[in-house]
Amino acid sequence: MSSFDDNNKERLRSVSVDLNNDASLLIDIPDALCERDKVKFTVHTKTTLSSFQKPEFSVPRQHEDFIWLHDTLVETEDYAGLIIPPAPPKPDFESPREKMHKLGEGEATMTKEEYTKMKQELEAEYLAVFKKTVQVHEVFLQRLSSHPILSKDRNFQIFLEYDQDLSVRRKNAKEMFGGFFKNMVKSADEVLIAGVKEVDDFFEQEKTFLLDYFSKIKDATAKAEKMTRSHKNIADDYIRLSATLNSLSAEESTANKKTLDHISDLFEKLRKVEGRVASDEELKLTELLRYYMRDIQAAKDLLYRRARALADYENSNKALDKARLKGKDVSQAEEHQQRCLQKFDNLSESGKKELNNRLG
Amino acid sequence: MDDLSAEPPSSQTEKSAASSSPEEFVDLTNNLESAESKVEAEISSPEPSDDFFDILGSETQKVEVEASVKADSGEVSSGVTDLPGGKTGSEQGTSSAAPIINLNADFSDNNQQPSRVENKTNDPLAQVLSDTPAADPKKPSSAVLDLFEDDGSDIFTGTPQTKPASQPQKGLFGEPDEDLFGEPLGAMSKKTTENEVKSSTTKAAGPASSTGGAQQDRKSTEPADIFTEEAVTTVPRTSNTSTVNSKANGVHSEEDLFTEATVELSLDSPRSGRKKEETSKPSASSSSSSLSAPAKQAKQPPAALEELEDEEEAEKEDQFDVFISVKDPEKVGDGMNAYMAYKVSTETSLPMFRNKLMTVRRRFSDFLGLYEKLSEKHGPNGLIVPPPPEKSILGMTKVKVGKEDSSSADFLERRRGALERYLQRVVNHPMLLQDPDVREFLEKEELPRAVSTQALSGAGFLKMINKATDAVNKMTIKMNESDAWFEEKLQEVESADQHFRKLHALVESLVVHRKELSLNTANFAKSAAMLGSAEDNTALSRALSQLAEVEDKIEQLHQDQAANDTFSFAELIADYIRLLGAVRGSFDHRIKAWQRWQDGQAMLQKKRETEAKLLWANKPDKLQQAKDEIVEWEAKVTQFERDFERVSATVRKEVIRFEKQRTNNFRRQITKYLESLLQSQQQLIKYWEAFLPEAKAIA
Repeated sequence: MSSFDDNNKERLRSVSVDLNNDASLLIDIPDALCERDKVKFTVHTKTTLSSFQKPEFSVPRQHEDFIWLHDTLVETEDYAGLIIPPAPPKPDFESPREKMHKLGEGEATMTKEEYTKMKQELEAEYLAVFKKTVQVHEVFLQRLSSHPILSKDRNFQIFLEYDQDLSVRRKNAKEMFGGFFKNMVKSADEVLIAGVKEVDDFFEQEKTFLLDYFSKIKDATAKAEKMTRSHKNIADDYIRLSATLNSLSAEESTANKKTLDHISDLFEKLRKVEGRVASDEELKLTELLRYYMRDIQAAKDLLYRRARALADYENSNKALDKARLKGKDVSQAEEHQQRCLQKFDNLSESGKKELNNRLG
Repeated sequence: MDDLSAEPPSSQTEKSAASSSPEEFVDLTNNLESAESKVEAEISSPEPSDDFFDILGSETQKVEVEASVKADSGEVSSGVTDLPGGKTGSEQGTSSAAPIINLNADFSDNNQQPSRVENKTNDPLAQVLSDTPAADPKKPSSAVLDLFEDDGSDIFTGTPQTKPASQPQKGLFGEPDEDLFGEPLGAMSKKTTENEVKSSTTKAAGPASSTGGAQQDRKSTEPADIFTEEAVTTVPRTSNTSTVNSKANGVHSEEDLFTEATVELSLDSPRSGRKKEETSKPSASSSSSSLSAPAKQAKQPPAALEELEDEEEAEKEDQFDVFISVKDPEKVGDGMNAYMAYKVSTETSLPMFRNKLMTVRRRFSDFLGLYEKLSEKHGPNGLIVPPPPEKSILGMTKVKVGKEDSSSADFLERRRGALERYLQRVVNHPMLLQDPDVREFLEKEELPRAVSTQALSGAGFLKMINKATDAVNKMTIKMNESDAWFEEKLQEVESADQHFRKLHALVESLVVHRKELSLNTANFAKSAAMLGSAEDNTALSRALSQLAEVEDKIEQLHQDQAANDTFSFAELIADYIRLLGAVRGSFDHRIKAWQRWQDGQAMLQKKRETEAKLLWANKPDKLQQAKDEIVEWEAKVTQFERDFERVSATVRKEVIRFEKQRTNNFRRQITKYLESLLQSQQQLIKYWEAFLPEAKAIA
């Protein structure tokens, strides 16, 4: 895992380097609180920018607020040519909680020692998930703050500064469905506009690369997840083995007692090692892969938006031709065509810059 | 003798030192009458207590006997010198009974020796003592000395933790006192009378002729049970002394000798079990009583056992020089009639086999057939017959269908290993090795096909029914356990069985998970490789493909480890589950024997009642028949009882043997397993370490 360990550090460093370049806005999440299934993050900001009222402030934010910020950014036309940092994933405390529940049910079948160990293990897992969640949210904000354009965003600044509860309207069912529908349309559209001839080789290459990379990194992520789970399973097995050996040695009267005790101890240690490997893999490898997966998704979205613009432009070209043929609404169509072209060019330019940035 | 005579002054000082602890002394003098009391007090006591005197009185009385026997003692010593030779010969007949008793007599000399040291009043005793070496050749005297010193170190080695360091001297002197006095103390009070009888007979016999002496000695054996035990213990010891060690007086060597001797006595190891079947049996049966009498002595066998185990294991393996390997599973035939044949090679140097190296082909049902025969023959006697692996219809069908996948290879390998261990266990058993069927199995080219082993055959069906009735019987028969040992052991076995089962399930799941891990690692390695090829940053791409390689290797490692888990850990546990089943089976046989006995008794009771009825009804013609029947049933009941006793003894012996073997075997196997685990982990570290510079290259 060391490579990813290093990678991880590199990533963090790159973020902090960016921050150092722009010391005018420093963001971190020093604290978070878990209340049932809601997590309250304390977002702490330190700034020298005049657009903020105070140089330093903290505000309480929830996961939904982050999503809102991300969505508004995505929906802003002006940012269409930018890679919008991927939204942090929803904190998932379900799986450890569920496991905890299962453990409680199975308590009768286990020895007390075994139970305590399993519980400790789960608590550690819970804590790890928690830490991970805080980290991804923090990284999201830091990436925004380090972006030359996005850091100036009004909504972002409100998000950081407004000291009351943002009370973002939660998405209702209709909107959720709408979002789902939009996604469907988007993917269908993606297929449709794939037929549009690419005018720029750079984007063509970039697109194929990203598509390829995305599928692969997705694959790798899924596999890494599975591997991590296997490691965890083995760690769990070790716990039970150790406990059983312990109880066996308790009943053993011969000289084997000592041996059994030793083995039990050994499995306990093995368990720790295996558990450590599992959590390391989880945090450093799988999480990293996931992060990049989302990142690439964001880049893909950018490409999609650009392709959309391109398609729009072509359509407007056709409309213009038609209008010219018919001889009416020519100026309107011309204007539209011009706008589309401009938009496309803008997108292409910023997109190129963004993508190059990412790779560089 | 030099040693002993050198000792007294120091013991004198010891005395004064010991006497400075009067509480202990008071305490002990009070307890003096109980055989277990710490007789250091006797040493430390400036004025011997009355009890003590009493004993001395009886001793002195005995001295007279001794004096008269003294003439005899020449013979005694000759008996002693004969002993090593006689011992190494397998049988110990009545002729050796005399030496034992004679040793016993010598023993009592020793008893008095310490007392002489203290009191210095017993001149006649001193006479005897000084006479003995003078009259006898050197050897016996050293033997006598050994007996004494062994006993000293005996207790001394057993108790060093509990006693302060200043005690060794006292241990040498005081402890024998305890042992020899304490025990006889009880016996002695009885024995005094016995001695009187003895002395009278001796006197009557005059200068005892060898036959008379033997006779008289034999008489004394019966009450002086403890003595004979001591004697029996010392027999191998003396033989060891003379053969193994010329410097028998050295304390270091004595420890060795002692430990061996105790193990022989208390554990009845197969080593002695074979060679001295006859002698060890009584000692084993009586050992429990002798061990329970002095509480301290009871403590030492486990301590000694621990130290000795390894040595003994080595010895044991030398004992049965039979090594069996089961190899080359080979499919014979086609379709559902196909079966696997295994090559069974036996390597041995035992003369009972015709060749040093034998190789035969056997199929799985042959192994089962062997087990059937053995368990039929030896099971009812309480032997633990090692069980073969179970039939597995699913696994075998897979093999039969001929799918060459990993699971059937896995299955075959498991079975092969299990069969090999099964046979090795059989030949490691001293009694089973002697069985003609075993020999036939290993030697004969062609075996008659074992038919009854097929799971779905008629015989198999019958067996199932038998098993069911057995199970019902087991539930209905409530044996009021007379022996706490068996009860305890049974419980131990049951709980061990439970735990082993759980452990087995866990290890199996561990194997499954590890296999999963290996698969997932392989998948990840592939993905990482793909990702590496897609990555256009060269350094990162390189790192990724390196990572893929490493993961690939790790996958192999996990796979190997999973195989290891299976073969050395899961199989080991599966073996033990089977063996524990066999142990329980032998317990069941014991209960069955008991049941027979009880039934017989009930029957006898019934017959007696009939007799009484007939007597009352005054029917003489039928009375005779009833009487005959009673006699017949009485004989049967005694037979049953004896059977039960025998089975109990065998089961006990077998269980002890099993436990010892299990301990050793388990430890060895676990060590092997852990070594493999260690190796794979080390390999893992190596892989990652090799990868580290690559990873650093991109940073």
